[in-house]
Formats: sequence, structure tokens, C-alpha cells
Amino acid sequence: MVERIEEIEAEAKAAVEAADSASELEETRVRFLGRKAELTGILRGIADLPPEQRGPVGSTGNKVRKALEGLIEAKVEGLRNAELEKSLAGDRIDVSLPGSPARAIGHIHPITRTRRMIEDVMVGLGYQVMEGPEVEHDYYNFTALNHPEGHPARMLQDTFYVEDEEHVEQVLLRTHTSPMQVRAMEASPPPLFMIVPGKTYRRDSDATHSPMFHQVEGLAVGEGITLADLKGTLLAMLREIFGPDREIRMRPHFFPFTEPSVEFDVSCFRCGGSGSLDDGSRCGLCKGIGWIELGGAGMVDPNVFGFVADAGYDPDSVTGFAFGFGIERIAMLRHGVGDLRLFFDNDVRMLEQFS
Amino acid sequence: MRVPYGWMADYCDPGLEPRDLAEKMAMTGTEVERVVTLGPPSPEGFVIGKVLAAEKHPDADRLSVCQVDTGDGERTIVCGAPNVAAGQTVVVALPGAVMPGGMEIKQAKLRGVESNGMICSDRELELGEDHDGILVLNDGPAPGTSATEVLPLAEPVLELEVTPNRTDCFGIYGVAREAHAISAAPLSPAPWNGGPIGPGVDSEAGDVERLDDAAGEVKTADRVRIMVRDEELCPRFTARGYTDVKVGPSPVWLKARLIAAGMRPISNVVDITNYVMWLTGQPMHAYDLDLVPEGELVIRRAENGEKVAALDGDEYELTDQMVAVADRNGLAGIGGMMGGSVSEVSASTTTVLMEAANWNGPNILRTSRDLGLRSEASSRFEKQLHPDLTLRAQAVAARLMVGICDATPMTGLVDVAAPPPSSEPIRLRAGRVERILGLAIDADRQAEALEMLGFGVEREGDDLLVKVPADRHFDVTREIDLVEEVGRISDLDRNLPATLPSGAGRPGGLSRQQALQRRAEDSLRESGFDEMVGWSFTDPAEADRLRLDPEDPRAGAVRLANPLSEDQSVMRTTLLGSVLGTARRNLSRGADRVALFECGRVYLPSGAFGPGPLGGDFPGNTRPPFNEPQHLCALAVGSVDPSSWRTEASGSDFFALKGVLEHLAGGLGTAVTVERIPGAPTQPFLHPGKSGVVRAGDRPIGWIGEIHPLVAAEYDLGSAVAFEIALADLLDASPVGEEAYRDFTPFPPVDRDLAVLVEEDMPASSVLAVVEEAGGELLTGASIFDVYSGEGIGAGEKSLALRLRFRAPDRTLSDEEIEPVWSGIIEALEKTGGKLRG
Repeated sequence: MVERIEEIEAEAKAAVEAADSASELEETRVRFLGRKAELTGILRGIADLPPEQRGPVGSTGNKVRKALEGLIEAKVEGLRNAELEKSLAGDRIDVSLPGSPARAIGHIHPITRTRRMIEDVMVGLGYQVMEGPEVEHDYYNFTALNHPEGHPARMLQDTFYVEDEEHVEQVLLRTHTSPMQVRAMEASPPPLFMIVPGKTYRRDSDATHSPMFHQVEGLAVGEGITLADLKGTLLAMLREIFGPDREIRMRPHFFPFTEPSVEFDVSCFRCGGSGSLDDGSRCGLCKGIGWIELGGAGMVDPNVFGFVADAGYDPDSVTGFAFGFGIERIAMLRHGVGDLRLFFDNDVRMLEQFS
Repeated sequence: MRVPYGWMADYCDPGLEPRDLAEKMAMTGTEVERVVTLGPPSPEGFVIGKVLAAEKHPDADRLSVCQVDTGDGERTIVCGAPNVAAGQTVVVALPGAVMPGGMEIKQAKLRGVESNGMICSDRELELGEDHDGILVLNDGPAPGTSATEVLPLAEPVLELEVTPNRTDCFGIYGVAREAHAISAAPLSPAPWNGGPIGPGVDSEAGDVERLDDAAGEVKTADRVRIMVRDEELCPRFTARGYTDVKVGPSPVWLKARLIAAGMRPISNVVDITNYVMWLTGQPMHAYDLDLVPEGELVIRRAENGEKVAALDGDEYELTDQMVAVADRNGLAGIGGMMGGSVSEVSASTTTVLMEAANWNGPNILRTSRDLGLRSEASSRFEKQLHPDLTLRAQAVAARLMVGICDATPMTGLVDVAAPPPSSEPIRLRAGRVERILGLAIDADRQAEALEMLGFGVEREGDDLLVKVPADRHFDVTREIDLVEEVGRISDLDRNLPATLPSGAGRPGGLSRQQALQRRAEDSLRESGFDEMVGWSFTDPAEADRLRLDPEDPRAGAVRLANPLSEDQSVMRTTLLGSVLGTARRNLSRGADRVALFECGRVYLPSGAFGPGPLGGDFPGNTRPPFNEPQHLCALAVGSVDPSSWRTEASGSDFFALKGVLEHLAGGLGTAVTVERIPGAPTQPFLHPGKSGVVRAGDRPIGWIGEIHPLVAAEYDLGSAVAFEIALADLLDASPVGEEAYRDFTPFPPVDRDLAVLVEEDMPASSVLAVVEEAGGELLTGASIFDVYSGEGIGAGEKSLALRLRFRAPDRTLSDEEIEPVWSGIIEALEKTGGKLRG
């Protein structure tokens, strides 16, 4: 009897092996393990066997039965997986079609982007960022910046004035971000390290002048601050903006509120400061000069400190530097924008080029 | 300031190529805008010729056939000038010479006669404006001499951009002194101090004292009376008379220099005043003394409405803020600005009064602005010249008047002067230069730099006592100014180290508001909006286009007194106009949709002190004249999300934009509510039924809605939706960075839905508020998941479906516990008119 069970096992294993669909396998299961199957019959009739056979037949029969059940189950799973793979392989999409956008993505204006970059660089150098009023008193824009009434330097900047009867002093649109130098010093004692980005206005309009534009002012006041510190600070900033190989050049100049005053240039990042390109032609960016003019700077004039003496600014104990430059200019240089007016035209075909 | 190189080289020849000099000047504080070359590109081929014979051309009436000695022999030249004659010394352009403008002279046959060069006119050489004939030189040098030996051919001219403090560089001599300090090349004495004056002027003619020895019988004081009535406006007025003046054209060299300097030669007397101004920096004016009754001039404030006919041919009406020069009959000039035509020097003039005066700078600046008149004289006087410069000018002018006009000077100078400005030496303390520059420069080197710049220096230990020359008097007044002078001559570019401030400041950083503003901008970017930067100024008619009531404070608060145009004459009070205008422009250029936002200031009347753009006040002791809150405005026309192959984009409606606003608020960790005020339109420019007030908490912070069709039409837009909020108010409501953690419960929630019928006008937010109020602590969430009206619902009603979530922090809720809360909610809803649906 035991031999018979082993024969059944061999037969059944071959049949399971041969089955290649779920239905065939079910048939095999019924044939060998079903109610009417021979093995089932044998196990059911154990009680009728002689006592010495009951043990071996029972244990062999049950073992074979279990083994067959496991075998079929494994085979079922294999077949199911094969069928799934087959159906997945037939379920195809064109993966080259565009994805459905979660949302359209907008754009940050190049002036904002540039302003943020400058802010981040200066914050890294230990500066705070401040805002000042754009509609300003004459006092802050001129007088306290050492432009007395009738000073010819007032003529350097064509000023927009505001019709205003309420205020005794003349009200104007600030011509530079410098008025905040005085406001900031009035508000907090030295040491002071701050920048002021913002809109400024001059009565001038063509491809290189806009009646509204953006500047960044910088001011550092404390003990022992020198013109060399100004140079180092500007150099550090310009290298962050234009690349690590840049050099700075400071040319003496005149501003009423700084003394000494300089204008500063950065070495051209297209030609590396040589003024000519690899093919020997003249560099168009710096016009062959090797330097690009960026802004004005200098040591805070003692007369300006005189206007904030009450706030703790004594020119015999503190010195400081200030600088200012145009945000548009930086953006134009970095992104190759040729016409200042494009920034305020806001054509989306321009805006969408800046992410 | 145009500086002809050769003129400057009379005093200092730095021995540099003009371009290299320009570079050095730029690096020491004087920008050179450009270097231009006047006349032919090269002096090559221009020589002195002697006309030996000039005969009529056989075949052309207007041409002459000349035999000219050009040193290398005799050559035939055909000339078209009417004034050519034998015996003249002329300038010949030989074949191969290149004329200004690039034409090359070639051998050519003119009507059959071979011509071997060209005899040149002033104008052809850019030496003058005469084109009536050829340039005839006086007793010229030998034929064949290069013409550059007598004429400034191919003259490089430096165009300086002089900063307003450097009045000394508005004179050639001052520029020469600058070149001396830069290059260390020798500097000759000043023209008022025995130095050269011009190629044709005897430099031995001497100074003023020697001039007086040689002067005629007549004393200036006998013929001229000067009365200065306002010393503040005219600190000094000097005059010298001349008799036997021969008025005529100036010599070629003088004309050439004036033209190179950018001035038009007129007559020798007038040219001398201009030449002296260009050389010394001090303007002059010449009167025909015979046309000044009794030789009497009064310098006084003009009367209001007083008129003067000026030399430019225009009549000017003066005010009592302006200073005038009056003769016995009326005004003879505007002080410091321009002379009057009444005593203008003409061809028949024989007696001249030369004025060199000093005027009040700020007053001249104001007069210039008020009259809209700017002259070479006023542009110098407005920067405040030193009174002593008048004497320099008179000294130089006298030698020119004698040398060129053959004039006889009257004896003595009439000099009416207020006490001169005091000039104490300035102490430059040891170590001060290093303290400011961060670069040590030893005292000897400091002294040397200052002396080269014309300062007088005395040593006192390591301190320097520095005397300032008159032409730097108003510029260099303090120790710090001397530091600058030393610095700029010390090759700072090469020598100055680049260091960072060493002292401890405060940590840098963005303020919380600034950081959150970036977050707000980025939120709109993520929502598909493009940031724009609009003009701060706008058109006063914009208020009308936006249907703002004229009484609305936003109908133009800040008006410019001097706008560039009416379109930009008021400061904006809302960003909406900028955004609508930009949308229109983009759509007209072919965009099929726009989604724009701007984060910028608006300008409003000041209420209380401040607030600044992001809340709080601007720093400083004096409040700003107006309020400048930062606003955020977003506008969508058409769909924000583009169409794709899967979905058709639909236009943005109120709820699309409200979603954007909610996303913005959510990104700042807060929420906004929108409420429609029954019976009143939210804003005149919005659709009255599809708009609302935006609130953060209880505070109204702006508006949102569909743009009113009439306003949209003004901007050629179809339907558009927008919102605008005051950013500070939204940032105020933001807890970002200050969030306090609250524990959350592990016990499960129980969700229950209900549907309620309410009046159509009942805001959903009110229904939720009623539910939340009644729900108490166990109700932890309520939201609307469906809104329905139409079939099955009564007219004027709508059905809202709500999902409520109940939860307790410390236990699993049972139905028995929820039941009383639930019925409380239903009772509250029914009390407000709601009907529960089955």
C-alpha cells in the first residue's frame, strides 16, 4: 500500500509539472486530492487495514498529501504571476507624452532675483537689510547728505518734486537710496552694518536712463573702518556676484556725502579684464576697457556724521564707508539684457526667461 | 571741459599718449569721457607753402593756377579760393595727405591743369569756420616746414567730466597742474604769473604791476565807476579800461584753440574773454565803454519784472532774487550769467571795459534754473569761484589786449571787494591718512603730493600745516579733504589692500517680514503667476478708469510738481492699474492668457506715524511725508494652468483665484476669510456679486473679485479676476517661526455628514460658524463638501452638505456622547433658518 502511495505521488508530481494553466491545475488537484481521488480513498480506509499497516500508510499518505498541496499552491502562484506579467506587458502607454502639470509655474522678476542675490551676499557679510521711504524730505535726500541748498551737486541729479502744501520742507522722490544712511544712523548707534535695496527716481528717460530704477545702498560704520575695508567688502561682494576671479578697481571721484569718494569697477567677466576676446576681437561687454563701471562709494563724510552726532556718531571716534549701485545694471550684465526699459515693460516672454 | 592737449602742454607736457594720460586722470579723480582728434587724422603731408605766383585758370573763371614753393621745390596747385595771391604764406596739403573726414589728396587734373596738392582753408583744417578763402598766415616760417609747428593740426582734445567740486579743472592751467601731479613732469609758471599765454603773445609783457608802468595816461578809475550794492551776491567786481582797441578777427592760433575748446570765435576782444576763461577758469565780460553812460555800472538786485536784452538775442525778465548789472539807463547784463546787448563790443568799438567779477554760487545756480539759461560763465560761477581769481583773469587779459588788439590799457584796476574769505592753514595730523585709508603713507610723501597739487605745506613734527590755493578754497576746507588729496595721488588702485572690517557688528540677516515677503512672492510663483515690476507713477485718469470716486483717497494722493509727462504725474495708490495695464499689453502682443502679480508699494496720505512698507515705522527722527505700504496684487485672465493633451484648461474664475489667495495665506501658516458685504459693492472696480473683502482674523486686509466688466473693457480685457492685499497685515497674522506645539490625540475620530437647506444668500461661512459654535470642544472639524441648488430644492434656497468630525483627546467617543452635541448643532442650524434634509 505504501508503494502505491509513492506511485501516486510520482504520478501527481508529473501531472502538476505538466499543467500550464490554472484550469488544468485545478483538474489535477481534483484528480489527486479531490473527494474521489485514490489517495483520499486510501486515507479514508485506514481503519480497515490491519493494525500493523495503519501507521506507515497513514503517515506516508498524509505526508504525500501535504506535499502535493504545497506543490500545487506554488504552481498556482507561479502561473498567476506569469499571467499578470503577460497582461502588464500588453498594457502600454506612450511615455514620451508630456506629464500633466500639477500647476503652471510662475516666475520671479529678474530685478527681484538680483536684489535677493545681493541681499544674501551682504547678509553673509554681516549686514542687515532695511527699507526706506521713496517719497522723502529734502533734508534726508540732500541736506543731511552734505548737499546744502544751492549746492551744485544737487544739479547732478534731476529730481522729481512733489506738489505738497502740508510740509514746510520740500518733498521729493528720493534720487538715491542714500537718505537711509541718515535715517538708519538716527535710529541706531554704531556699529552699524546695513544695506538698503529699493526704488529710486530721476527725471531722465532713454535707453540707459529710466525715471524709476533700483539701487542698493550699503553703509558700515564703526571703529577703525577704512577705505581698504571698503575695497575688501566690495571685492568680496563682486566675486560672489560675478565670479571668484574678478578684481576691483576704485577711481577717485566726488560725492558730497563721502570723502574720499570713489567710483568702482569690476574686471570684465567676459574677457577676463583683458579687453579682448580669444579670437582677438574687442570685447563688447566692457568695450575693450577690461573694466565695467558699477557704482559709487567712499568714506562717510564727517559732515554727514555731524547731522547724527546726537545718535552717537562722532567723527573722531568712528569712521565708516558707504556704497551704492544699480540693481538693473547688475541684472543687465549678468543676463545680457540690452535695454533698461525691458525691465518695466513686463512682457511675459521676458519674465518667463527667469526662474 | 574740453582740453586741447597742445594748449595744456604749454604749461605741463606729461609726455604721455593722450589715451594714457586719460587713464591716469581717471585713476586720480578726473574722468575723461573721450579723447577726440580735431583736424586731419595725421599732420603728415601738411606743410607751409609760399605762393610765388597766382594766375587765372585759362579755362575756369573761378580757379587760379598757383606756383607754390613747398620747400621741396616749386609745384603747380589749382586753387578755388578768391583770396589767393602771390606772396602769401599758406598751408598746403601735399598728395597723400588725409583731410579731416578721410579724403586723401591726390594729384589731379583740374580743367586740364595738373594740380599737385591743395591750399587749405581754416575750415578744411577744422581750425576755424571761415570758408570764404584760404588760410593766410602772417610772416610764416620757411616753406616746407611741417604745418604742425605753427598750427594745432591733428590736435588731440581731452573731454573731461569735471566733478562740481573741482572748479580749478575748469581752466587749462588747473588741468596742467593736475597733469603735473600725476606725471611729475615739470610745470611752468601760471599765465598770470609770468608763464606763457599763447604762441603769439609776448610772455615778457609782464604782470599787472609792470603793465601799469607801461599803461597810458588815462586811469581806469577816471573813466569807470563801479558800485556794488549787494556784496553777498557780488563779493568782488574788478574792471580795467582799454583805449585804442582794434577790434577784428583773432589770430589763427587763438581761433584754433577756441574751436578746439568748443567755442565759436567772434572777434578778438570777445575771444580774449573766452580764452582767459578757458585758461584760468574765471569768466570775463567785455563792454564797449563808450556805450556805458558815464562809465557807471551798478551791481544790484534786479527789480521784479525788470527786463534785459542779453547777448544771445533773447530778452529775460528778472526777479528780485537775481543780481543784475545796471547802467544809468537800465540793465546792462545779468550778473554771472550773460552780458547785455546794450554795451556789446562791435567792430566799431575802440574803448573797452574788461570785467572780471565774483558772484554768489548758490544764487547763480538758482538764477540759472529759474531763467532756464546756462552759459559757460554761469556753469563756473554756480560752483562758487574764489574772489582772487578775478585778478588772475585781469592780468592775463591785459597781456592779450595789448598783444592782440594793440590796445592801450588804462592805469590801475577798479577793484570793489568784500572782505576775502578767510584762509587758515589746515592741519593734517600724523596717522590720520592711515586711519582713513587703511594704508600708511609717510609724511614726506604726503607733503610732496600736496605740493605738486599746488598746496603750501609746512612741517610740524609729523603733522602738516597746509595752505590751500585760491582755486581749491571751497573744495578743500578740512583735514579729511587733504586725506583725499593725498590718497588720490598715491596710486591707491595699486597700493590699497583689500581688507574686511574687523570690529564686531551685529549679525546680519533678513528681518522676519523680509523673509516672509520672499515666501509670499514664491507662493504666487508656485501658483503659476509671473512677477512684474510696474511704474510707481501713473496717469491721473487711472482713478477714473477704475471708477474711483473723486473723493476716494486713492484718487491720487501724491502728485508730482515736475513730471516727465502727464501719464506719469501721480504716484499710484493701488497696484491694480499697473497690473491691468500690463495684462492688456501682453494680450495685445499675442499672449493667450496672463497670470501676473506684483509686490510693490503704493503711496497714500499719511495717517498716523508710519507705517513702513512691511509694518512698523521707517527708521529716523522725522516721519516720512506719506505712507508707503507694500501691497501684493495678483490678476489672472484666462486659465492659470495651461491646457494639456489630457485636460482642456478653463478660464480662471473667482474660486480659482481664491484658491491662490488661500495657498498664499496657507504658505504663511495662516488663513484668510472672504466676506461679501450685502448691499454694498466691495470696490467700485469689482463685480458687485462676485467680490469680497479679504480678512486676516477680524482685520480687513484687501479685496478679491472679478473685475467689473466696464473696468475690464477699459483695459480691453474680457473676464479677469484679481486680488490685492496689504502685505504687512497678512504677515502680521502669520505665526511662522512662532508656532507653539500642541499635543495630538491617539484616539480615533467619528465622522458624520449632514445636509441643510438655507437661504441662497446665507454665506457658507456663516453656516460653518453656527455649526462650530454649537459643536463645542468635541467638534474638531467641519467642512463643506457639496453645494446644490436646482431641482428638488425650493427657489431662493440652496443645500449645503457638511462633514463633521468629532474627537476627544482622551478617549474613544461613543454614539451616546456625540448625540447631545449633534442635536445641539441641528437645533442651532434650525434656529438660523436652516432646514435639515432627510
